[in-house]
Amino acid sequence: MARGKSPPITEAWRGITFTRRALVVGGAQAAVGVALAARMAYISVVDNDRYVLESESNRVNLTLVPPRRGWIVDRNGKALANNRVSLRIDIIPDRLHNREVVLGQLRTLLQLDGDTMERINRDLKAASGFQPVAVAEDMSEAEYASILVRLPELPGIAPQRGFARNYPTGAAVGHLIGYVGAPNAEEYQKAKDPLYITPGYRIGKDGLEKYFQPMLKGKPGARRVEVTARGRVVRDLETQPDVQGKTVHLTIDADLQEYAARRMGRESGAIIVIDCLNGDILSFVSMPSFDPNSFSDGISNNEYSWLRADDHQPLINKATRGLYPPGSTLKPMAAIAAIEHGVDPSERHTCIGGYRLGNRFFRCLGTHGSIDMPTAIMKSCNSYFYWLAHRLGYDAMAPTAKLLGLGEEFQLAGSNQRYGTIPDSAWKQSRYDQKWTASDSLNAVIGQGYVSVNPLQLAVMSARIASGRRLYPRLINRAFQNEPLPFSPEALAVARQGMDLVVNGAGTAVRSRLPLDGITMGGKTGTAQVRGLASGSRGQSGAWKYRDHGLFVCFAPVENPRYAASVVIEHGMGGSRAAAPIAKDIFTFLYDREKAMEALETFEGGWGGTIKERMDRDYAAWKAGASSDPNPELPQ
Amino acid sequence: MIVVPPAIQRIPWKLIALLSAITGFGILVLYSAAGGSFTPWAMQQTVRFLVFLTAAMVIGRFPLRIFEDFSYIAYIGVLVLLIAVELLGFVGGGSQRWLNLGFMNLQPSELMKVTIVVALARFYAQLPPGNTRSWTALWPALIMIGLPTALVMLQPDLGTALSICIGGVVVMFVAGLPFWWFGGTAIAGAAALPILFSFLHDYQQKRVLIFLDPESDPLGAGYHISQSKIAIGSGGVGGKGFLNGSQSHLDYLPEGHTDFIFATMAEEWGLIGGLALIFGFFLLLRWGTRVAIRARTRFGQLTAAGLTMTIFFYIAVNLMMVMGLAPVVGIPLPLFSYGGSSMLTIMTCVGIILAIENDSKTGTRRFH
Repeated sequence: MARGKSPPITEAWRGITFTRRALVVGGAQAAVGVALAARMAYISVVDNDRYVLESESNRVNLTLVPPRRGWIVDRNGKALANNRVSLRIDIIPDRLHNREVVLGQLRTLLQLDGDTMERINRDLKAASGFQPVAVAEDMSEAEYASILVRLPELPGIAPQRGFARNYPTGAAVGHLIGYVGAPNAEEYQKAKDPLYITPGYRIGKDGLEKYFQPMLKGKPGARRVEVTARGRVVRDLETQPDVQGKTVHLTIDADLQEYAARRMGRESGAIIVIDCLNGDILSFVSMPSFDPNSFSDGISNNEYSWLRADDHQPLINKATRGLYPPGSTLKPMAAIAAIEHGVDPSERHTCIGGYRLGNRFFRCLGTHGSIDMPTAIMKSCNSYFYWLAHRLGYDAMAPTAKLLGLGEEFQLAGSNQRYGTIPDSAWKQSRYDQKWTASDSLNAVIGQGYVSVNPLQLAVMSARIASGRRLYPRLINRAFQNEPLPFSPEALAVARQGMDLVVNGAGTAVRSRLPLDGITMGGKTGTAQVRGLASGSRGQSGAWKYRDHGLFVCFAPVENPRYAASVVIEHGMGGSRAAAPIAKDIFTFLYDREKAMEALETFEGGWGGTIKERMDRDYAAWKAGASSDPNPELPQ
Repeated sequence: MIVVPPAIQRIPWKLIALLSAITGFGILVLYSAAGGSFTPWAMQQTVRFLVFLTAAMVIGRFPLRIFEDFSYIAYIGVLVLLIAVELLGFVGGGSQRWLNLGFMNLQPSELMKVTIVVALARFYAQLPPGNTRSWTALWPALIMIGLPTALVMLQPDLGTALSICIGGVVVMFVAGLPFWWFGGTAIAGAAALPILFSFLHDYQQKRVLIFLDPESDPLGAGYHISQSKIAIGSGGVGGKGFLNGSQSHLDYLPEGHTDFIFATMAEEWGLIGGLALIFGFFLLLRWGTRVAIRARTRFGQLTAAGLTMTIFFYIAVNLMMVMGLAPVVGIPLPLFSYGGSSMLTIMTCVGIILAIENDSKTGTRRFH
């Protein structure tokens, strides 16, 4: 056994070879061991800083806490916009390991529809890292709890308790306050603020919410939590609380605002109430409106289509963006202009049922006989004012109209105004390249023709006539000069006297006398044609959209004016019929709430409930009609 | 002077101390990985270690002759088991790696890691020295390695297949086969790598690709490696302290108690803990290599060298994997990771090496 056959390979050689090779193997093993130790030293010493950072970023999850938005309150501190608790569920994309399963679970648990799932998938694709993606907001406690208990099986899901904007009076403040919404991509690009892509964060999109955004937004908080790989929060590390946005104080009277909105009923129009002492806007209503609560939750396409489809145009703020021919409401203004131009208010003109200008006969609504200026206002006699306009020309009246705020764009927080036209010869020349004619003056003096104003201007006009000062309307406490108007006290007195007679004499609005002791209202009705006079129809019947607008400007008390208002009811068929009764109830509310509420409740009974009840019902009916058969009358 | 009884003297106290130190350290880490609890891992690992340690000591007392005599039978038996597993998997649908014996799940591929070494050692021990450089020295060994490797690859279990290969090849190497055979094969293998790569399963291919560039997919399959490196790297020199590892406790580190236990340990014990453990393994492997060099018989030499390599392969591949130097192949860290199969294999290796050591103490060196 001991001898090999050939010299090179023997047992001894084999033994030596084994030892040598075993040492080679052992040496190789040792070399690998040293290499591994070196590698470990490299990772844990040289790269230590980097990995400590990565380990911390794993362990610690920093989330921005959207700040609570500042409140918007009325003159008495009552909330017009505040915040309520909102339960929400987000997805942290970095923590989502089993996407299909988790999304499938969420879908069943929360009964999400296809649109929502599509949006979530789209957001997830676009999102990166720890930027949360919203799944559901404003969940019920039950839904929220159903997610909470299953959290261990749903890695990447982050339940949050946040805040949502709340408008206690809903649609009543829609056009006043505006609404909030989630920032869109462009807004984020502009702001470059990570808060903008934090779910639950809302910015002002319209109205005062948008205008006061810098004040209302507040400072975000930061929450540092230790989380497991599945996104479960182990403990809070340190939390920097958010700083709530500042409160915005408005001049609005919330109760009056709501009352005015409700009193409008099913009509379409606007109501502005101004404090004659300082120009405070007490109520700023445009109805019908949208419910800003729907917008702050992210309005559904359906609801938005419903709002757009409504011929009463709930999405348009008629108080500042609705332009109307003011009709006879401008007659007190014309009276002031005439007196300022030397007309004696006691001078009489005989109304023969119209006024002849050349070969044209401009009709009056009645045959008023021989009347002086206050009576002409009281009776709303067109002939008298045709006579004045023909005598003075409208160029003499337009400056007065402008001094009273007509055709003016006001510096008003958050409003987007269309300021209309107070025409004169220069305007017509530049606009139409035509000469001003006498018939233009006649049309303009009764608030038709080229004249168009918005309801806010009408309210300012009545406030200025009532106070004799150049009141500037305001929604927040800003100081204005409010200097006296350059009119003689006599001129203002005649205008006020005429307006007093309209309601308390034998005028056009005697049925709207205030049901109060010792407080009287002065006003002026207006009925504005929607179709041209030439069409023959007087706009007192027929299709809604061709009916005349009803307008009313007013102030109270007559002796020492405190409040002024304008009421415009679209297609209301007449100022005395549609607008004046509303103004009556609103002024009643200012002095005797109970009496006014009684009146309102009777009305609302007839209209079918409060604004919200009616809107909900209309929306449901619209949805049923829009989504199923074209015959919504049929049940099912 | 106290006379220590021979029976006590014969117990390899140093080896037991070393094994206990390594495993004990592992149990501490398991205790921490469970959030400071003996359940579910630490306690069971302790019991398992004591059972397997006793078994290893018993195996160590067997005469070496027995291993040599039964080596082929054992090899054939395990090969049959491997085929059985394959057939069961074929019948049952999908892949299967274990046989259910009722009281435990047996992985024949684990047994093969040991038996391939023992069987090849016997083959080369019986091979006449003159044939060492001939064809007869090569083809039986290639078939003996190739068959089980192919079967394990079918399962598919790349890590175990590699382990079987390495164990066998090292026995061939220390048996004295011409050096250039290995060099040539290595070069040919490197050249054939792309072809071999195409034979791998999709998920295996993916693992290899991710290993080459772990950051390419930090949330997917590269997640393991990234998180493991973060755990080791954030531990620094002294570690975050016992029970303070955030990566493992907050579940960022996957498999923190099995394949990636080294990362769990390194996070809490730092470089110091890592070097200590590597030193422990060094002592164990040095013991194995010394036993091989001092072995009385050629069978003992080859077996001890092969089994030491098998243990080393576990350690090296696992550590390379957790440090991002090798793809993720499910190989646990010997004595440290929680799990019965790997401990069974390692302790069997230790037992057989111990038997070789005991054998070399009993008689004179002989080569037959």
